[in-house]
Amino acid sequence: MNKKVFQLIVDNTSGVLSRISGLFARRGYNIESITAGVTADPRFTRITIVASGDDEILDQIEKQVEKLVDVRDIRELKPENSVYRELALIKVRAGASQRDSVIGVTDIFRAKIIDVCTESLTIELTGNQAKIEAFLNLLDGYEILELARTGIAGLGRGIEDVVYIED
Amino acid sequence: MNGADAIIKCLEAEDVDIVFGYPGVAICPFYNSILESSIRSILIRTEQNAAHAASGLARVTGKVGVCAVTSGPGATNLLTGIATAFADSIPLVCITGQVNSALIGSDVFQEADVTGAAESFVKYSYLVKDASEIPRIFKEAFHIASTGRKGPVLIDVPIDIQNAPVADFTYPQEVNLRTYKPTVKGHAVQIKKVIQELEKAKRPILCVGGGVLLSDAQKELREFSERYQIPVVSTMMGISVMPTKHPMYFGMVGNNGKPYANRAMNESDLLIMTGARVADRAVSQPDLITENKVLIHIDVDPAEIGKNVGPTIPLVGDIKHIFRDMAKQTLTCEHDDWIETLQGYRETMEPARHPDPNYVDPAAFIRLLSEKMKDSAIYVADVGQNQIWSCAHHVVKKGRFLTSGGMGTMGYSIPAAMGAKLGAPNKQVVAVCGDGSFQMSMMELATMRQHNIPVKIVVLKNNYLGMVREYQHYTYADNYSVVDLTGSPDLEKLAGAYGLPFIRLTDMNGAETAINRFLKEDTSMLMECIIDPMDLVK
Repeated sequence: MNKKVFQLIVDNTSGVLSRISGLFARRGYNIESITAGVTADPRFTRITIVASGDDEILDQIEKQVEKLVDVRDIRELKPENSVYRELALIKVRAGASQRDSVIGVTDIFRAKIIDVCTESLTIELTGNQAKIEAFLNLLDGYEILELARTGIAGLGRGIEDVVYIED
Repeated sequence: MNGADAIIKCLEAEDVDIVFGYPGVAICPFYNSILESSIRSILIRTEQNAAHAASGLARVTGKVGVCAVTSGPGATNLLTGIATAFADSIPLVCITGQVNSALIGSDVFQEADVTGAAESFVKYSYLVKDASEIPRIFKEAFHIASTGRKGPVLIDVPIDIQNAPVADFTYPQEVNLRTYKPTVKGHAVQIKKVIQELEKAKRPILCVGGGVLLSDAQKELREFSERYQIPVVSTMMGISVMPTKHPMYFGMVGNNGKPYANRAMNESDLLIMTGARVADRAVSQPDLITENKVLIHIDVDPAEIGKNVGPTIPLVGDIKHIFRDMAKQTLTCEHDDWIETLQGYRETMEPARHPDPNYVDPAAFIRLLSEKMKDSAIYVADVGQNQIWSCAHHVVKKGRFLTSGGMGTMGYSIPAAMGAKLGAPNKQVVAVCGDGSFQMSMMELATMRQHNIPVKIVVLKNNYLGMVREYQHYTYADNYSVVDLTGSPDLEKLAGAYGLPFIRLTDMNGAETAINRFLKEDTSMLMECIIDPMDLVK
């Protein structure tokens, strides 16, 4: 099984996300994460999909997605010339006695404490998936009450691969 | 002018002359406006058949077939017809009425989310939210349905949108869809590669699918085959690309195909798949067709290449364009030995049948029927044993062979034959079905009568769902389950009830006379052939 990160530029129409996720569901493709948000031009949406499968399946994913009428562009974001980021919000049970050690780990990872209560801390962490996994491993000894991960968003490096949408 | 009037104007601008459908409240504004137009409405007896009839019309005219039904159950009944068209890449525009926009999502009377339900088997769908968008949406829909890999497009129109005023109507001259640009012209480098492979090949073969007919490239294909001495086999959907008796044609491949066609494909050293999906019925073991041979795959849909088989030399584009371009290349080849070998296979490998003389032999009957049919006749096969016998024994001269290949939808033949006859009124149209498939569409006899559509219908009657019975014979040692059709109507009385002339044939004696009578005049007729209930297609 290989993994690929795809970047899609799609028309910002109603139902476009359902068309794309429906395609993955009915053809049995594995989707690890999907994120979507409007681009600088509000007519379009950028979607980042992490998909896994063997090479033939990954090739089919690219072709079948490309076929959808609303899809303007699909390309692979290769690890060597792309940046990926994911946001994680982690709520950890931490009373007064545990608070300092959690803050210590948070500082090392340059994460932020965004909410403090008597019984818990909520941490915001941004990074690639490896960094988030590593951070979660370090919190192994604590009770994670809630975890929200966005899935990755990505962009190619430099200006060579910028997708220009002509009018 | 209101939205419904605008829809009719769009259909007129697209040169639509027939709409198949079934009204209901949510599509009533449309059916009110159509009275003002010269477009002919055909009232079908169940919505699924509206799509099949539109499909039959689209396949013989090359135009987009149009159907219009109401919301809720009308729309959901249509789904099987849409899925059938999608599986065979048939261009349709399907219009469904929808409940009032303000009520969508509140589960009111006859509301169904049809764009959601149809998502996985339409090429694209629209829910119209503003009547002023109607011209753009229809222009796009016809364009999407009829270009690239063709297919059905669904337009769901709420009743308030049909009733909303449209200030000024202008039908767009062109579409503005930058995300949708199907490849038409084949890549010159890839065409060169194909020609180079052809020059090297000693045992080349062309396998043609339904894509050739959709591209209307039969002539180009035939000329290519003749000029470069390349034998041709076909998938089920590719039947009628080549006349059956053409010296370069070696039959249908697949698990229900001719043994010599499969052998030809297996022994080739260069296989050119053209407009075919390499799906399981045509090629049960895709790995085998890349063994010891070069595979070239020509298709308008890049996603088909490498989906079921690989690796290949891909050539993406419209088949007609590609074969025109290939005809311009200089290429010399001759394959006399190879063709001679294949002719030997064709002469010696025709499977023998041992029919019971107390019944009509469907194989001999279909051969005789097609011999007597006009050269340009359209033969519509249904689904079941009748389909396999039709594929194996119908002799195509210059006409067309239509069937539901991808979806295998029972009941396709009668509505599709009606659509074909309306699309090509001067052609003889014969539907051949079994007694199971006939009963799935027999309500359309009323449509034929009401609208005077002279289609000939043959029912091969064995009182069984024969194809399933055959499967149970092989797989469950004759442990038959729910395949007995006892209770079927007396077809003579049924024909009488619909005012149709009727012929019953019980064995092959008198078959010729009966067929002559059946085909003599361009009128509807029902012919029942009593066949051996235990007969097998293989």
